[in-house]
Amino acid sequence: MPATPTSHALPGPMVSMRGITKAFPGVLANDGIDLDIYPSDVHALLGENGAGKSTLVKILYGFYRADSGSVLLNGQPVRIQSPADARKFQIGMVFQDFNLIPAFSVAENIALFLPDLKPVIHPKEIDHRIEEISTRYDLQVNPHALVSQLSIGEQQKVEILKLLLSNARLFILDEPTRVLAPHEIKALFGVLENLRKDGYAILLITHKLNEVLECADRISVLRTGRLAGTLTRREASEEKLIAFMFEKSLAGLNRHAHAAARSDRPPILRLTNIATHSLGAQVGLEDINLDIYPHEIVGVAGVSGNGQKELGDVILGLQKCSQGHKELFGQEATSWSIGRVRQSGVAFVPENPLQMAVTPYLSVLENMALTRSRLYARLGGLRVDWGAVQADARESFVRFGFSVPSLFVPVRSLSGGNLQRMTIARELAFDPKLIVGSYLTRGLDLQSTLSARQALLDARQAGAGILLISEDLEELFTLSDRLIVLSRGRIVGSFLPTETDNYTVGRLMTGAKV
Amino acid sequence: MAQTADPPKNSGFFYQKYLQVILRNLVMILIAFLLFGIILLLSGKNPVLSFRDIFRSTLGSAYGFSEVIVAMTPMLITALAVAFPARVGLINVGAEGQLYMGALFATWGALTFSGLPAWVLLPGMALLGMLGGGLWAFIPGYLKSIGLVNETITSLLLNSVAPSIVSFFIFGYWHAPRDTSTTSNFVKSARLPTLFGTRIDLSFVLAVVLLVLFWLFMKYTRWGLEMRAIGGNSQSARRNGIPLKIYLVSIMCIGGAIAGLAGMAQVSGYYGLLLANFSIGLGFMGFLISWIAGGEPLGIFLISFVVAVIFTGGNLLQLTQGLPYSVINILLAFTLFIVLARPTFFSKRRRS
Repeated sequence: MPATPTSHALPGPMVSMRGITKAFPGVLANDGIDLDIYPSDVHALLGENGAGKSTLVKILYGFYRADSGSVLLNGQPVRIQSPADARKFQIGMVFQDFNLIPAFSVAENIALFLPDLKPVIHPKEIDHRIEEISTRYDLQVNPHALVSQLSIGEQQKVEILKLLLSNARLFILDEPTRVLAPHEIKALFGVLENLRKDGYAILLITHKLNEVLECADRISVLRTGRLAGTLTRREASEEKLIAFMFEKSLAGLNRHAHAAARSDRPPILRLTNIATHSLGAQVGLEDINLDIYPHEIVGVAGVSGNGQKELGDVILGLQKCSQGHKELFGQEATSWSIGRVRQSGVAFVPENPLQMAVTPYLSVLENMALTRSRLYARLGGLRVDWGAVQADARESFVRFGFSVPSLFVPVRSLSGGNLQRMTIARELAFDPKLIVGSYLTRGLDLQSTLSARQALLDARQAGAGILLISEDLEELFTLSDRLIVLSRGRIVGSFLPTETDNYTVGRLMTGAKV
Repeated sequence: MAQTADPPKNSGFFYQKYLQVILRNLVMILIAFLLFGIILLLSGKNPVLSFRDIFRSTLGSAYGFSEVIVAMTPMLITALAVAFPARVGLINVGAEGQLYMGALFATWGALTFSGLPAWVLLPGMALLGMLGGGLWAFIPGYLKSIGLVNETITSLLLNSVAPSIVSFFIFGYWHAPRDTSTTSNFVKSARLPTLFGTRIDLSFVLAVVLLVLFWLFMKYTRWGLEMRAIGGNSQSARRNGIPLKIYLVSIMCIGGAIAGLAGMAQVSGYYGLLLANFSIGLGFMGFLISWIAGGEPLGIFLISFVVAVIFTGGNLLQLTQGLPYSVINILLAFTLFIVLARPTFFSKRRRS
């Protein structure tokens, strides 16, 4: 095979996966997938939730064992049976939620991961190595800082440093941009570019099309466990990729003839001079004034950890305010219990559903009943009408255009996307009047993202007020009628989406002056 | 017909599962006895004879069997007093103290209203016992709910306070004319009726009914669902609008009330009077049983039974084999260790 005059330093692939098949109970996650990963190449793996991306890379990293198929390293078949094997073969992975010990310093975290860590540790030598590599690849972090004090973007740098110092040649990054602000994404792509130049191979999982087109040299699209196709960057276009991801093209959002929010009517939610105490690593809110009117979506932009969680918790009544007061539907509600707030028609989709919205070991059905247990109780509470719960649950999944998962499995066995869909279906089903949605579409594939956004627009049409907390600026600009920016617990900007742009908001989010 | 949130079950599989659980527990107990046999051999006794004595004295006769039931009754109730709060993640180590307070309150009722007929007095004493235990558990429950002190520590510490309070009342006010460490015998109307001419009293029936109610409550009711939600993830339960504090306080109190009922049953049924330091670790035994059984009613019943057999049989060993009573603690400890190690004898079913 003649070598094409591209950027590849070596003609052959670094890693080849051949005929990878992996079945889980009830689903064929990977079905005969072939994949070639070349050195000096950023290879993006694109696909919806459940398309099999995670399974495939976890097989490559030794987390799962494939039912059949083989992995070749530089043309030689190898058996990767554990992450330790993978690291031996110079394959490294950065997980979605990272894998750092918060109470340790950067240097300690990296030292733990070194394959050649000596019985007696020489901190100076390790610092030196960190410094050398980090300047070379633009990954500066203070080696003595505690990981718990780093921003998400910096933690990601540490993860990449870890892999570099452990001599990995292939980097697997699982949705690395999910939690980053726009300028951090740019910086990450710069780092990837440097790595590529030095001959590293990068396998990147994502479901954001624009990013793929921006940074990838080669794009493989998975659809329901099969490889739908592989394109080089030159061949790829948004339309082609969408056609690969979905057999049919996606319907657009129906934005309705928008009934404008009327500020002459009483607001659904009014926060006046709200402040909270900050405990430990929490951010305290300060001087929050916010009105949400019927027929209005208010977007909240901000890097996570800048008071979004606290804002949601204050509205829900979980966190007490040290100052100011809260009105719901025109009534003083500062001291309402969570139960009363919820019963008055407030729906809540928290940022981390597994921790904050569900009881993992209860079934989907039982979790669906939790927020309305009073409604489903019969004989004064001695019995729960599971038939009604089932009917309502199925109906709400269908109504929002989600596929209905098995209702009898424990929630902890659901995938992230299914869990998010379940939470949305439960919270939005009973026509809430106020919706507080944090990272509503996080972890959802394109189709479900569209469905969830449509559900929000429909709720707005029906007169609900919506507080949409997100880091996805594209989403905020698409949906919001009004946009506020949170930074360090304060509202630092308030715009109409038409008045501003990504970069202004991005800079405000990260605390820079406009 | 009651529906549950479970998928329809194949009843064959259901029975097979229970059969496996029982079989597994039997094998574990067998291992404990084998290990105990080695200890007996080392001390120069005949293990076969000792085992024969244990079983003959407990399961071999109607009287022995009834004594096992008598011994297991308070354990059933105190285990429930631990298992119920455990479902919302509360660790109630205070059943011992709650039992004492229940006994104290019930005794006050028995001594003060001794003129009342049994059908008024007994329910009254039961309520008083529950009140005593419940109030005693309110302290750790409330302190937990306001986020001040962990209930494990408070309830444990209160265990050493309650017997002192009981002693204070006995020595100070209620003691019998000739014996300062006990009250006088209760009047007949303050005694729980016994069954079948044995020492088994009504509290055994009560214990079984409570266990069944507990199972039904957790499985079918709205509150059971909400309790399971709290136990599984209290943060999300709170966010979902379930009143967490109210649940924590009231469930701790209910747990205490159940333990208090066990105290009432002890003074009204077993002893017929209140004596200082009457319970030697009934509450703690209930704690162990509940945790070994994973808080499951059927498990509580089975394990209480085994523990009661060992206790009752052990009493006899010192007579027939000349063994010190403490050897029975060795057997009990072996049983606990092996059960807690949860060995698997059958290959686990593949997830299907």
